[in-house]
Amino acid sequence: MDAVSDGTAVPLSAVSDGAAVPGSPGAAAPPPVTVTPAAAELIRSLRGRHGPLMFHQSGGCCDGSAPMCYPAGEFRTGGSDILLAALAVDGVPEPVEFWMSKSQWDLWKHTRLTVDVVPGRGSGFSLEAPDGVRFLIRSHLAP
Amino acid sequence: MARYDAPTHWQSRYDHFIGGEYVKPHGGQYFENPTPVTGQTFCEVARGTADDVEKALDAAHGAADAWGRTSVAERALILNKIADRMQDNLESLAVAETWENGKPVRETLAADIPLAIDHFRYFAGAIRAQEGSLGEIDDDTVAYHFHEPLGVVGQIIPWNFPILMATWKLAPALAAGNAVVLKPAEQTPASIHYWLSLVADLLPPGVVNIVNGFGVEAGKPLASSPRVAKVAFTGETTTGRLIMQYASENIKPVTLELGGKSPNIFFDDVSARSDEFLDKALEGFTMFALNQGEVCTCPSRALIQQGHYSDFLAAAVDRTKAVKQGHPLDTDTMIGAQASNDQLEKILSYLDIGRQEGARVLTGGSRADLGGELSGGYYVEPTVFEGDNSMRIFQEEIFGPVVSVTSFADLDDAVKIANDTLYGLGAGVWTRDMNTAYRAGRAIQAGRVWTNCYHAYPAHAAFGGYKQSGIGRENHKMMLEHYQQTKNLLVSYSTKKLGFF
Repeated sequence: MDAVSDGTAVPLSAVSDGAAVPGSPGAAAPPPVTVTPAAAELIRSLRGRHGPLMFHQSGGCCDGSAPMCYPAGEFRTGGSDILLAALAVDGVPEPVEFWMSKSQWDLWKHTRLTVDVVPGRGSGFSLEAPDGVRFLIRSHLAP
Repeated sequence: MARYDAPTHWQSRYDHFIGGEYVKPHGGQYFENPTPVTGQTFCEVARGTADDVEKALDAAHGAADAWGRTSVAERALILNKIADRMQDNLESLAVAETWENGKPVRETLAADIPLAIDHFRYFAGAIRAQEGSLGEIDDDTVAYHFHEPLGVVGQIIPWNFPILMATWKLAPALAAGNAVVLKPAEQTPASIHYWLSLVADLLPPGVVNIVNGFGVEAGKPLASSPRVAKVAFTGETTTGRLIMQYASENIKPVTLELGGKSPNIFFDDVSARSDEFLDKALEGFTMFALNQGEVCTCPSRALIQQGHYSDFLAAAVDRTKAVKQGHPLDTDTMIGAQASNDQLEKILSYLDIGRQEGARVLTGGSRADLGGELSGGYYVEPTVFEGDNSMRIFQEEIFGPVVSVTSFADLDDAVKIANDTLYGLGAGVWTRDMNTAYRAGRAIQAGRVWTNCYHAYPAHAAFGGYKQSGIGRENHKMMLEHYQQTKNLLVSYSTKKLGFF
């Protein structure tokens, strides 16, 4: 369950459009989002089939409170969103951006998120569902 | 106690229902459909793709004109016949729905299926009674307003009430004269086909088309198609936004129901007497366990006034401990299985973060292993957390049998906490003082405020969200207009020219 090196976030300044993260990760602070080895493997696989990817964290019912994985640019982010991380995943040439609505992050910002994967069935329009798996967020209190 | 046998009326495989007949998926692929009761697969379902959606849209467009021109009497008669068939098969529909979704059969027998039946009857009546309007602009000019069907609409159904939620969308759309392409949830794709086996002969071919499959493969082509005049979706915020984005490309309307984090507010005077009403309020608290908490309006935040906080909460925890968890097909079982493994995992992840944030577990808090064949199923203990409204378990929809409890000082404090959420779908207010009930109900920013009741869903009571909970109002005749165009004929009865040219 622990985050691994191939899933840590790169500094936002390297990729960001300028959206600021509250309590922006400094050199010592843990990144707000990391991925497990299993999730990294799934991201590599999806990248191979679908091209560059992005995440947007959902809220609300049914498949809500879960991260949605789309082809990069499929979901149009805007001023109501915040870029939390640009995930560097081994074997994926470009960072995978992880977004959330700002209003939701205001309620989550005291926690750090780990993208994991579990066997599952459905997920809105998220790319991994046909594989019989589902991305899942595990949360930890920020230090 | 009675235990229903596991249903045997399933086909081993379901294709798409297009143009009045079953059609194999263009891609030739199927996916397995497990029952959450045991985790075992009980049928295969067609894995739809854009080609299948196009074929369904062809069929729907072929049927829409004639269906839209049938008289309202004829359409109402068909809806009533659908209701009659469902009434005649209520038990088998209930058992099918329980096997599909995992919910207890006492709920499907008493709520899901009876509500669905009534819903078809309600819209059969509503469309008969609907009238256009005329406005007398001046002595010679009249503005007539007619309702016209939109044509072909797309509907994406959630998995928490597979038949009832499909009915909430189908009944008004069909009553209004639209043809439908419907995608059931991939977690619960089969029970709608059992329903269809009972009613398909009543519907002209192409009026209802069902394409199965995953959101990304079948839902997206449906939601983004320029050939649908409207998209109706129940689900979560990110997919809701994505559907609005697709709709914006085609300048099409959407209705969205995207969930909530509903407060259930118990004022001090609830405990003023130990009587029937107090007993009802304690049941109202325990409603968070209805449908395993997999309800957009789950009363997942209980706000209890400080004066009776300890006593009421103690009694509420006792009531929660009395919730009988067991085989969903036992008529005594009050809480069944979560609908899918990923849903189970998500709930467990929230039980984890709730504890990390310092919330106290007053009862429950773990996965339940019910033993035997149910060991493979997805069961969670009804859980009561005590904490603070800033905690994530108070702010996010867990969609499980989990309630987070906190206290409040007075009416203003209750309203402040109740409204401190991104969502605004449902709320509950419990008090013996109707002035308090009225003020609280009007101040809470939510589309439905149950007052001295909870989780009632009668047809003719509008249901929909404020804030990030969505757009539109289902369950009421006003939903007809979400499936209709307005045609204005502006008619002059004067023979005199204007004199401009």
